[in-house]
Formats: sequence, C-alpha cells, structure tokens
Amino acid sequence: MTISIDSKDSNTKSLQPKGWLRYFSFSLDHKVIGIQYLVCGFLFYLIGGTLASAIRIELASPMSDFMPRDVYNQVLTLHGTIMIFLWIVPVVNGAFGNYLIPFYVGARDMAFPRLNAVAFWLIPPSGLMLVASYFVEGAAQAGWTAYPPLSITTPQSGQIIWIMSVLLLGGSSIFGGINFIATIIKLRRPGLKLMQLPMYCWAMLGTSLLVVLSTPVLAGTLILLSFDIVAHTGFFNPVLGGNVVVYQHLFWFYSHPAVYIMVLPAFGLVSEILPVHSRKPLFGYTTMVFSIMGIVVLGLVVWAHHMFTSGTPPWMRLFFTIATAFIAVPTGIKFFNWVATLWGGKISINSAMLFSCGFIINFVFGGITGVALAQVPFDIHVHDTYFVVAHFHYIVYGGTVFIIFSSIYHWFPKVTGKLMSEKLGILHFAITFIGFNLCFAPQHWLGLNGMPRRVAEYDPQFQFVNQISSVGALLMAMSTIPFLVNIFLSIKNGKDSGDNPWNALTPEWLTSSPPPVENWEGEAPLVEEPYGYGKPISQEN
Amino acid sequence: MLNKNFYLILIISAVFGISFLIGFNVNLLPVEASINAPIYDELFKILFIIGLIIFIGMTIAVIYSLFKFRKRKDQYGDGIALEGNLSLEIVWTIIPSIIVLIIGLYSYNIYDRMGGMKELNHSHDMMTSNTEKIWAGISQASNNEVASKNLSVEVSAMQFAFLFNYPKGEFISGELHVPVDHKVSMKMESKDVIHAFWVPEFRIKQDIIPGQPTILNFTPTKVGKYPIICAELCGPYHGGMRASIIVEEESDYKDWFNKNTKTEVSL
Repeated sequence: MTISIDSKDSNTKSLQPKGWLRYFSFSLDHKVIGIQYLVCGFLFYLIGGTLASAIRIELASPMSDFMPRDVYNQVLTLHGTIMIFLWIVPVVNGAFGNYLIPFYVGARDMAFPRLNAVAFWLIPPSGLMLVASYFVEGAAQAGWTAYPPLSITTPQSGQIIWIMSVLLLGGSSIFGGINFIATIIKLRRPGLKLMQLPMYCWAMLGTSLLVVLSTPVLAGTLILLSFDIVAHTGFFNPVLGGNVVVYQHLFWFYSHPAVYIMVLPAFGLVSEILPVHSRKPLFGYTTMVFSIMGIVVLGLVVWAHHMFTSGTPPWMRLFFTIATAFIAVPTGIKFFNWVATLWGGKISINSAMLFSCGFIINFVFGGITGVALAQVPFDIHVHDTYFVVAHFHYIVYGGTVFIIFSSIYHWFPKVTGKLMSEKLGILHFAITFIGFNLCFAPQHWLGLNGMPRRVAEYDPQFQFVNQISSVGALLMAMSTIPFLVNIFLSIKNGKDSGDNPWNALTPEWLTSSPPPVENWEGEAPLVEEPYGYGKPISQEN
Repeated sequence: MLNKNFYLILIISAVFGISFLIGFNVNLLPVEASINAPIYDELFKILFIIGLIIFIGMTIAVIYSLFKFRKRKDQYGDGIALEGNLSLEIVWTIIPSIIVLIIGLYSYNIYDRMGGMKELNHSHDMMTSNTEKIWAGISQASNNEVASKNLSVEVSAMQFAFLFNYPKGEFISGELHVPVDHKVSMKMESKDVIHAFWVPEFRIKQDIIPGQPTILNFTPTKVGKYPIICAELCGPYHGGMRASIIVEEESDYKDWFNKNTKTEVSL
C-alpha cells in the first residue's frame, strides 16, 4: 500500500513546476518544503530582528522617547511571538526536519507529503496576519505570554488576531510533529534499526512527541482566552469569577516544553555537525539517545518554575525546583559528550565548526543560569527581570540560532552543490559571537540590580550598561550583512562542492548534491554506522 | 604520564582558584537591606562559584580541543574511532546529579530560612474569612513572639500605582513607610491586571493578582529609601509603575504615622 501511495505522489511531483518556481508552489517534495520553511523563517527573523533593534534603540536612553509606550508593548509582543513561532520553531523543526529526516530514514519523502505542504503553507498567511494586525487597531500588547487579565483588557482586535495566528501556527506545528513521528517510526528503510539512526532523528522524535502532547493544551487555552475576549465568558477573567493563575498553568504546560521544542532539534543538528568536522564518531551514542528522552519526560513536568512568584503552594515550588534542576543532568551529559567528540579529533576550523563551538559555550552559560533560576529563593528576586531575558536569549539565540547558522554553513553544499566562502563565514561568526555576548551578558547584571523586563523606561543608573547592550545588538544586526552577502555570492559564484565536500558518512551525503527529486537514483543505501569515522567504512571514501 | 596528570591537576586547581577568587570578590548584587538579603546573597555566592567552575572548565575544554586537535595542513584521514566510554558516562551522570541534588537541598534550606516553607496562618489583624484562600509569598520569620511587633499593611495595586493602606491608622499612603527591624506583613490585591511587588534591595518579589490576595512578609534591616518596582507587564506605563519604600528609625516612623493619622481624622 505504501508503494502505491509513493508512486502516486511521484506522478504528481513530475507535474509540478521546476526551477525556482517550485519554491512558490504547493510542492510535495520534502526538500522543497524544507527550503520553503528556511527562507520563510529567515524573512520573519529579519522582521523580528528589526523589532529587537527598535527595542534596543528605545532602551539606549532611560526615558520612553523613541516610540509611544503602547507601541513599545506591541513591538515586544511581536518580537517574542515572531522569533518563537515563525523563526526558531519552524526552522529547527520544519526546515531541517523536512530536508534531512527522509534521507536519514532512507525514504523518498515524508510519510504524509500533502499534510507536510499544508503545514508549511499555514505559516506565511498566519505570520503576515500577525504582522498586519499592527495596522488594524494595533497589534497584541500583552507580551508573548498573553497573561489575562491584561490580554482581556487591551485592544481586542490585535489580541484576537494574535490568538488566531498562534492557533494556526500551533496547528502547523502539530501536523509537522505527526508527520515526523510517522516518518521516523514507519518509513525506515528495511534493515535500518532505530539505534542506527543519526542523532537528529532521535531529537526530532523527542521534539515531535513534545509537540503532539503539549501544543493542543496551548490551543485549548487560547480558545478559552478568545471566548473571554469575544463572548465575555469568565474562564480567566477575575471580574466574572475566573482564575488568572489557571491560565498561567495551562500556558506554561505548553510553553515550557516549547523551549525544548526549540533546543532539542538544535542538539540533534550539532550532533550531526561535530562528528563530521572533527572526523570522529559521536561520543556516547546510547547515552545521547537516553538523555534526549530524559529531557522529553522531565520537560513535561517543570512548567510551574515560570510561576514561582505567582502564588503557588510551597510543596509545589519544591517539586518543580528539583525537577527543573535535574534537567541539567541529561543536558550536561550531552555537552560532555560533544566535548569528548572533539577530543582527539582532526578538527577543521570552519564556519560550521565555530558556530557549533560558540553554541556549546553560550548554551553552557545559559544552562548554568537556568539551574540557578530553578531554585525558588534565587528566582524570587530575578523573576521577570533582565536576568531572565539574558538567560533565555543565551538558550534560544546563543544556543539554537547559532546552530541554525552552523547548519546552514554545513548543509549549504548539499542543497546548492556550491561551497560558501569561509572568510565571510568566519567574519559572520566573529561579529555574531562578540555582538551577542556584548548584548546579553550585561543584562544579567541589570536584572540582579533592579531592572524589570518589558519596560520602555528605567532608572537612569542603568543607562551605561543598557548602552553597551544596545551596541551589542547593533553588531548582531550588522552580522547578517556578511551572511547574506555570502549566501548570494555563493549561490551565484560559489565553487563547486562536489557531492560530498566534507566526506561525511550520514546518508544525505551519499547521493548527488543537490539531490534528485526522489533522493536517490537507485535504492536508498543502508547506513548502519552514520558516525563511523576512523573506521574502515570511512577510509573507503 | 605523570607529567600529563600533573598539568591536569594544575589546570583544575587554577579553575577552582579563579572561580573562588571571582566568586568571593565580585559583588553583582545591590545593597542588602532586609533579613532575606544576606541569606539570598549566600545562595547566590555558592551558585555563582559552582557556575563559574563549570563554565570556565567547559570553555577551556572547548578552546583547548579546537587548538590542540585542529587539523594541520599536512594531515589527512580521521581522528581516533572512539565511540564512547561507559565509565566516563557514569562519572558525568553521577557527579552532576549529586551537585544538582545538593544545590536543590541547599536552596530548600535557604528557602526555609527565608520562611517560605512555613504555613501562613494569617493571624494578624486583617479582615479575613476562614474560607478565603491565601496564596503565600515569603513569610520571613513568622514566629508568634515577633507577631506582636508586626506591622500590617494592605497593598492595592492598579494601573499604574501602588496604594498602601495602614489599617491601624486608617489612612492610605502612596509611599510605604516602615520601621527598621520590624516585621512587615502585607496583604496584597490587585484592582485590575496582574502586577508584582519587587524591592531589589530586599530580594523579594510577589505577584499581585486580581481576585486572589497574596501575602508577603519581610523585615527591613537598613534605614534608607528603596524603589518598589512593578515586575509584571501591566500595560503601557508598566515601566513607570514605581513607588518608594522608606525604611526609618522607629521614632521617625511613629512621627510620620501619627502625622498621617491625624490629618486623616481631621478630614
């Protein structure tokens, strides 16, 4: 039965547009959909980045003088929502997942190609709708967390559009999650065992489980919130007897796992990149698999650490402290294993490698502040301050976004058959790394010393440190220039990379670059040792 | 081999040394002005030192690997085919587990010392019915012998201000005046959206929630004027939602209290 569906899809595929036009079509090819996700996500990253720059310009002076206060709140709400739901989640899951997973399991496409295309095509309209809500009556201005009663009392149209947009994006995410689980479990090439899969498959399996388990909770919560706004029900409205803290529990039941939905795929990607460029097998494959699953299980039972100041019973605070801090153990195992992967290798210092190592350093820092934040007494002082802002940017930017760039440098030859310029790549890394740390490291101090988050104005004593942070943000904004130049120059004039420029052993490199429509001309190869560097299998290449 | 181990021990001791040096000498926190603050700073110092050791250690390991194992121009082929090491995996599972567990128990102890684990009986003189559910913040030293010295304040928060009601004096103030070294017990409620009461110098924070009173107890230890900051996004003027807490000697506080009580009565 699978075969008949496959052949039907391949007939449809041959009718689809060729060349650049296919990227604007309802393509069923997982590779086209992957690139669609990536480019679409990057365009939203530019919008979200522009909003971030606007925030940093406002905060360069202690007075609220760059934009009106309500616009500032719209900007920070849109910045958070766009970066999470339209850039990081779609790119680390949708873009790389779609491009790589079928190769890794030895399939010709995803399990449900049409569902896959639907999942992608939900994103551009909901993203545009979200951005356009600014021009209606003002965008949502209650933060990306949309806590009631603020989200009930602020202008309604913006908040409703925000809810609809996030619901559609959540739907897209669920479709993707179902597709990944089905593909990884059911579409594996005969003879390929689960424990032979590249690590990114395991990361995507764990992530997709989290998506499927927790995103429906967010959807339900937001639907209830929209009833409160439109139909004046009282689920979360205290005036009508509703409870605002219940919303926080439901919201964070999704939104904490959302952090792992953003970082677990990055953990998978870095596990693919490090072995290739250090010419060594991935250290501790089995423990890596178990630690991913450990993070998935623990990630579902830690949500209330976002609510230590909301008013929660003491026993609950204690439980969530211990559960949260223990996530550091499986996460720590992964980092020790990555460093052990580097140890004794023959490391090529290139852009992909540098971004991956930058990721390790940034993420370790963010992880350490994360363990501190898990401690109730510590959190009570710094909750809702710039310390938290700094912490999660170290995780999602210093962690995941660094890996997105690393992955682009690593898989660019696969997609285009061209090499990227290493000089521009290293320049990009240097500016990003310095700018990022300059922007976010000082914010820890700001939070500890009394600057709350989401403010347009602050105590003048914090001006100097805020200006350092703004200079860092400027560098981060500038770092996209060498990156974009590099991309366009390499597409146009890049050196031919050949099929496998890195001599990698993972299955996506065992076909031509760029790959044919059905991934392999003949049978998909059986890759039993995707990390067999230093072994006879690697010497053959 | 002995030589190699010697260098390893030297580097590890240097990492520990630097971390302790920074941890004990760099102060990243504001003034300590409540009983909570020194307890908090003790926890902060421990977490800071442990964090520094791990961060510096990992950073050195990454940079050293990049340098030492970089591919030289004349090198081809792969690194060693080392796929794992069970005893190493066990070591770096068990040691972090122990560290995390110790930190967790220690912070539990800190939290207990701050009074966070105490049952809040809410025995002071506020209007509370038995059915009302109070969600607690920190309840620093809620011993009965101190309770007689308690100052009770009712805080109401609204967009974009705090109001402090002194039930004993029957007046409302926009500034929070408290006597030094007295336990202050606050019952807080919001009139509209969620706000938060934060005094960085006291290391305390508690959300102020509509329809759900919260309690926050603290004991100031240092005379001075400190900011009260709203820490929960509450609308366009959230950044401007601030008030002051004035910690003063008991006599000064009594003067201020009497002055306000009288004016209120004369109205």
